Parts: sequence; structure tokens; C-alpha cells
Amino acid sequence: MNQKPKTENRKPKKHLMTGNEAIGEGAVRAGCDLYAGYPITPQNELTAFMSRRMHEKKRVFIQSESEIAAISMVFGASLTGKRAMTSSSSPGISLKQEGISYLAGCRLPGVIVNVMRGGPGLGNISPSQADYFQATKGGGHGDYHMIVLAPSTAEEAMSLTMLAFDLADSYRCPAMILTDGMLGQMMEPVEISKFKFKNSSSISKKWALTGAKGRKPQSIKSLYLKPGGLERHNINLQATYAEIKKREVKYESLYCNNAELIVVAYGSVSRIVCAAVKSLKSTGKHVGMLRPISLWPFPEKVLKKYANKTKRFLVIEMSAGQMVEDVRLAVEGGAKVDFYGRTGGGIPTQKEVEGKISRCLR
Amino acid sequence: MKKIFKRSKSTQDVATHYCAGCGHGIIHRLVAEIIDEFKIREKIIAIAPVGCAVLAYDYWNFDTTEAAHGRCPAVATAIKRLRPENIVFTYQGDGDLASIGIAETIHAANRGENITIVFVNNGVYGMTGGQMAPTTLIGQKTATTASGRNALTDGNPMKMLEMLAVLNGVKYLERVSVHSPQHVLKTKQAIRKAFKNQIDNKGFSMVEVLSMCPTYTSRSIESSIKWIEDRVLKDYPLGIVKDES
Repeated sequence: MNQKPKTENRKPKKHLMTGNEAIGEGAVRAGCDLYAGYPITPQNELTAFMSRRMHEKKRVFIQSESEIAAISMVFGASLTGKRAMTSSSSPGISLKQEGISYLAGCRLPGVIVNVMRGGPGLGNISPSQADYFQATKGGGHGDYHMIVLAPSTAEEAMSLTMLAFDLADSYRCPAMILTDGMLGQMMEPVEISKFKFKNSSSISKKWALTGAKGRKPQSIKSLYLKPGGLERHNINLQATYAEIKKREVKYESLYCNNAELIVVAYGSVSRIVCAAVKSLKSTGKHVGMLRPISLWPFPEKVLKKYANKTKRFLVIEMSAGQMVEDVRLAVEGGAKVDFYGRTGGGIPTQKEVEGKISRCLR
Repeated sequence: MKKIFKRSKSTQDVATHYCAGCGHGIIHRLVAEIIDEFKIREKIIAIAPVGCAVLAYDYWNFDTTEAAHGRCPAVATAIKRLRPENIVFTYQGDGDLASIGIAETIHAANRGENITIVFVNNGVYGMTGGQMAPTTLIGQKTATTASGRNALTDGNPMKMLEMLAVLNGVKYLERVSVHSPQHVLKTKQAIRKAFKNQIDNKGFSMVEVLSMCPTYTSRSIESSIKWIEDRVLKDYPLGIVKDES
């Protein structure tokens, strides 16, 4: 009579977490060995969470003296073959661009989290998507890309963070989780048990610096002074980026087949768009939604494919219009691309989105 | 015939790119000799700066990396925390350590990171053409102080060791020079101690090495040595600044 109920009959346990905490838990479960961060709103919950969890796991947590030092610590950790992450919000991410460029130049993995806030300058601490250009077009100096993943729920924030570590290791490049203050600070149920811990040691890192014992000395650097050396290095980097573009595009589509209008949105704003699209669909409107999950590589092929049938697209962002440029490039003039955006912490309401969609359909 | 001088195991058999009379070659060699002496070549992870010594990895025969300008102590922090079994040192010039990387230097020192820093002070930015460094002397002419460094507009020569000495995390600070054979031997002793401290887990150790840059102090090799003897030593006195190791 005192037998415990069988576990398989129990509902999976859900944890109420902020997006910031979900990212942190994802990093811990992905085997992040070092986290370095500096205080900035709206990502402070993540730093505080990591301070506690990394200590529990006997891993390295450092509150760095600056954003620049934090990304440099990620650089140092990564070159020993360990997994490392830093997080910040927009102004702090600007400071990290130096280190991100060096990670890319040295072919080092590393995960960077940007919980975006309003800009330019100090801006404000409200949610924004105004760092899309910075994230997807390089950000720092030189010809490079990083993988950019944009979650739309706390649970997805956790799974994409884990994926970011794996992709960064696989392709030896930095990867970014691009989210915003809304998702970062909002609490949602997360089914943690869904996500299995992945063993980071399964990816071979023969390039890592561990001391030249039993092998020749190795050097990790991004300086190529000999004629032709840097160009060859860049050609190799571009070959890796081409491979990533071929294999790692991620998106989600809803009612896109035979849609008269496809709305394109990512991150937290895509949830508002999703609600608007579902509501309009229920009234018989032929409207679909495409949500890019990987912002780089961008799902350009699928957009091009839909543009063969759907002649109208609407891009909705919390910016003055950044991703819309990639949508226009993707459809190559094959469809009309409209834009609706809010900036500086303005969040479009479902009603606003429905109104904009209806006007486009008219 | 008995061989009494040979290449250190921790250096490679390559030609130097450094200018005639430059002190880097001597200091590279001293670091290599100490690493040989402690038999730690296979444990070393070295961090080169941005500046003339960025190419240090072309000379050394152990694992090396290069940090962004000034960031060596932050990079070293992460490496040493994750791989305490390795011996981690940075090799930095005055522009790298005392100007653009001053925050990284002070905070790594303040955290008491168990790392070794070899800080080469030659009073100018050599790699970029001899501009004023934080350590340039008052009155010293450089590419960017055409009429000599003026304290009112350019500030005074920075004394990093004296600044760091007040921090509790710092265990060993010594200023040495390589402008004469006698001083080279003293430099070797200081570098030995800075590595020994790390091996013994004593904590943050830094050696400042005064060095010649004949090319950008517009002097002959002989007069650049004399410049250190007559002028630099007055602002940068040699000796132990702090030793709690």
C-alpha cells in the first residue's frame, strides 16, 4: 500500500524559469567549464544563476572586470579545449566584438549570449531586436560569421544553448544566442528532463593547448604576416561558413503552403505574430508565418521557395528594420516585402500585428 | 672539445626578426633557460602580446597563443583556472600591459591569479614606429612627443610595480634590466623566482625588465644602453618592490 506511484505514470516535472536561467541551465548541462560575465541589465539573472550553478558543479565562474576581459577569458578557456560562455546585453556585446573577432580568427569555439536591450548608445533596458545586424553580419572586424540562434521560449533557449555549444565545437567558431529582455526575464515552465547532457569530450580537440607533452608545440593565433597566408586562412574560414550554411539552417513554418501572405518574425516577437496569425487563420485569412531559428545561417532557400507562390511577405521586428533586408535578399525581388517594426522598447501588440497583416492582405 | 654554450631546448633554431641591440632576444632566451632549468617545457602555455613580441611563438618551443592587445592576463586567468597543472605565463610590452591592458593587469593581480608575467619596459611602442608609451620618460622624444614628453599634457611615466604593490593578491614584484651582462644575470634570477612562485602555488608574480630599443629611441646600441644606465634607472629604480612569496 505504501508503494510509490510508478514514475512513468507521473507527468514530467516542469520548472518555472526565466529565459536567462534557462540559458544558464542549458550551458551547465552542455558541460560549460567556464563562465565569465559582467553586470548589465536585462541579463543579470543569468550571471547570478551561473555564479550559483557553476559553484555547485565545481566549475569556473568569474565576474570579470569588464566585458572585454570576459570574452578574453572565454578565449583563454576555449584554447585549452574546454567549453566556455559569456553573456551580456547590447552595449556590453559591442565591447565583446574584439574578442569575438579573435575567436573567429583563431578558429576557437565559444558561446556568447546577447539579451538585447534598446539602443543605440546606452539606450534603455527594455526588450529590443536592434542588434540583428551586429550579430549576423560579423560585428567585429574582419571577414567572419558566427552561428546565431534565436529562441522564442525559455525551453527553446535552453535547448538552443546546448546546441550552440555543440555547433561551436563542431565548426570551431563562436556561436551566439540572440534573445531579448522580454524572453530573458519572463518566467515559463521548462521541462528540463527532456534535455540530455551531451558529453563535450566526444568532439576531438587535438588543436587545444595543453602543454607540448608527447607532441610538437602548438600555437593558436590569428596573425598571418607571410604573403598569401592570411588569404589562405580566410578561404578556409569561408569554406567552413559555406558548410554551416549548407547544414545548419533552422526555422519553423506555420500555414505557409498556399499562404497569400507570409509573416516573418523571430524571437519573442514571433510569439505575438504567431498568435495574430492563428487568430486571422481562424477567420479564413490565408496567412502563414515563418520563424527563422538560425539567424545565421539565414533560412534564405526556404524563403526563396515560398516566394515562388506567395507574392507578399511581411517582416515584423523590434527594430527599425534589420532582418527585413535578409528577407528581401532571399526572395530576390520575387515578392513584395513589407515591414513593421517598433523600436526603443516598444513591443507590438497582437492587435497591432493583426491590423498590419489585414492591411497588407487588402 | 667541451661545449659550454648551446641552444636552449625551449627555443627554436630560427633567425631573429628583432632589431640589432633589441633586448627581447636576451629576455626570450632567459625565459627559455629558466623553463629548461625547471624542466617544465611540456607544461608551458605562453601568451604573447600585441607588439614587437607578438612573434615570440616563432622562437619558443612550447605551446603558445596570442591575445588581443592588452588582454593577456585575462586569457591567462582562464587558462590557469581550468588547467592548474600547466605553467602559464604572459610576455607583454609596456603599451600592452600598462596602457591598453591596464585593467586586465590590475584585476588579474588583484584576484591573485597564480600566473607569471614578464613585463618588458623599453619606453616606446616599437612595433608601430616608436610612439610614446606609458613608460616614456619626461622629455623623451618619440614619434608622438616630437618635442619630448611633457608631464602637463602627456602625463608622467607609469610605475606599474609600485601601483600593483598595494594589492593584497600580489606576491612578487621585481624590476630588473638587461642593459649589461651583470644585470642580465640578475634578470635571470628574478624570472626564475617568478616561475618558481607559480610552481609552488604562491600566486601572482611579475618581473619588469628594462630593455633597449635602439631603433626607436634614435640611438646607437651603445647609447641606448647608456640611456638606461643614465636616465631610465633614475625613474625606474631596480630591485624588489614586493616579495611576500
